[in-house]
Amino acid sequence: MTISALLSRRFDEHRKLSASRIPARLKILLAKVGFDGHDRGIKILTSILREHGHEVVYLGKYLTVAVVVEAALQEDVDVIGLSFLGGSHITYCQEIAQRLRERGLGRVCLVVGGVIPDKDIDPLKQAGVHAVFTPNTDTRDILKFLDNFAAQSAAAAAQIT
Amino acid sequence: MDGGSAKYLTDLVERVLVGDTGALARAITIAENRLEGWQLLLSRIHPKLGRAVVVGVTGPPGVGKSTLVNEFTKEQRRRNRTVGVLAIDPSSPISGGAVLGDRIRMTDSSLDNGVFIRSASSRGRLGGLSPAVGHMVDLMDASGRDVVVLETVGTGQSEVEVADLADTTIVVCAPGLGDDVQAIKAGILEVGDVLVVNKSDQAQARQTEQQLRAMLMLRRGPRADIEVVKTVATSGVGVAELVNAVDRHVAGSGQAEHRIARREHRLQRLIIESAMDDIRARCGGNEELIASLAKAVRCGESDVDAASESLVRLLLSGNR
Repeated sequence: MTISALLSRRFDEHRKLSASRIPARLKILLAKVGFDGHDRGIKILTSILREHGHEVVYLGKYLTVAVVVEAALQEDVDVIGLSFLGGSHITYCQEIAQRLRERGLGRVCLVVGGVIPDKDIDPLKQAGVHAVFTPNTDTRDILKFLDNFAAQSAAAAAQIT
Repeated sequence: MDGGSAKYLTDLVERVLVGDTGALARAITIAENRLEGWQLLLSRIHPKLGRAVVVGVTGPPGVGKSTLVNEFTKEQRRRNRTVGVLAIDPSSPISGGAVLGDRIRMTDSSLDNGVFIRSASSRGRLGGLSPAVGHMVDLMDASGRDVVVLETVGTGQSEVEVADLADTTIVVCAPGLGDDVQAIKAGILEVGDVLVVNKSDQAQARQTEQQLRAMLMLRRGPRADIEVVKTVATSGVGVAELVNAVDRHVAGSGQAEHRIARREHRLQRLIIESAMDDIRARCGGNEELIASLAKAVRCGESDVDAASESLVRLLLSGNR
């Protein structure tokens, strides 16, 4: 095989490869809404997600639903993660899910972590929360969930184009 | 690209041009990640550029850049100007991940329609700006923002590249970093069009200011005429004066011509960068060929210059 024939074949392979290569990196917004200031867990999660190769916009605590949704819109994030250790998760999640839909962000994956009683998990999911992580959750399971979500959205994007 | 995505992009461009927030956010994502159609998107907005004043903000980590940008933005809003902010944080060289934490200092303006804030990571460019940063600034310009603020971590080469993109570059320093000021004297201070001593309520602020002024006294020509502004970003003290200083710099003699020349220069550089990216991408997947060329050089049958020349010729002829 001549060098130029070899080259040409290589180019085709390379092109196919780069077209099908989809970054597993997600852009994730982490925040706390309301008056609960326990931010140790969410800060640790921020570091873990960074170590795993994700881009994390850490927005801080004591925020309103409106601030979080506007940030999600401007940052064009794939995932929003909210941490609750104050018992107000259901009210806030209903509000945020509705506001996300109003702002055209229904595609964003909403996840919740913190001190969440088992009986609240179903109501949260009904409100539009995709996953709930409790103090018993292994952080590797959070990463696995996000990897699956990244793979699914990549597959969905491939179908559109 | 099929007709559907071309139409989607055309709609998107139109929505960006009328200042739609969601469209701007999506367009920035497309440019940042080079998603399908990114070149088309950028080519559509290029004729619309050059309206916004681009202000670069750089300085060592921890001097208060994000807090200052927050106050700077609020002051611009008081003057009825719309603002776009692009805040760059470093990405991990190991995992590629990043914590984008500038926005946490900017929540004051987050419900103001006239302010658009976007965080981005340096995507592996340690101390530099990825070419996408320029595109992201362009998109904010195209969306009709009066002022676009580009905040970077002042390490490595990023500050010089900021000066390439920005109409006015603000270099932020803080007192109590004595050695640090010494260290940056020959570095980022040189690209500053306006110098800021932030945290100027601290005891050593006067000393830091004097050091800066002493350094400026040694300069000759237009670069000697640099303003030094003292601020306390946490309370907003001095920020109105900072905006005045930036306005004076933008209105300064020769700045309009300088802006046009700089944009021209940047386009030329983008073309060169794109050509180099193209060559580099074509090298990928040709390890065998490159290995055989290396072998030829090692055996003395060829030399590096000749090998590189034939590589480039083959890369360019093999695929049209």
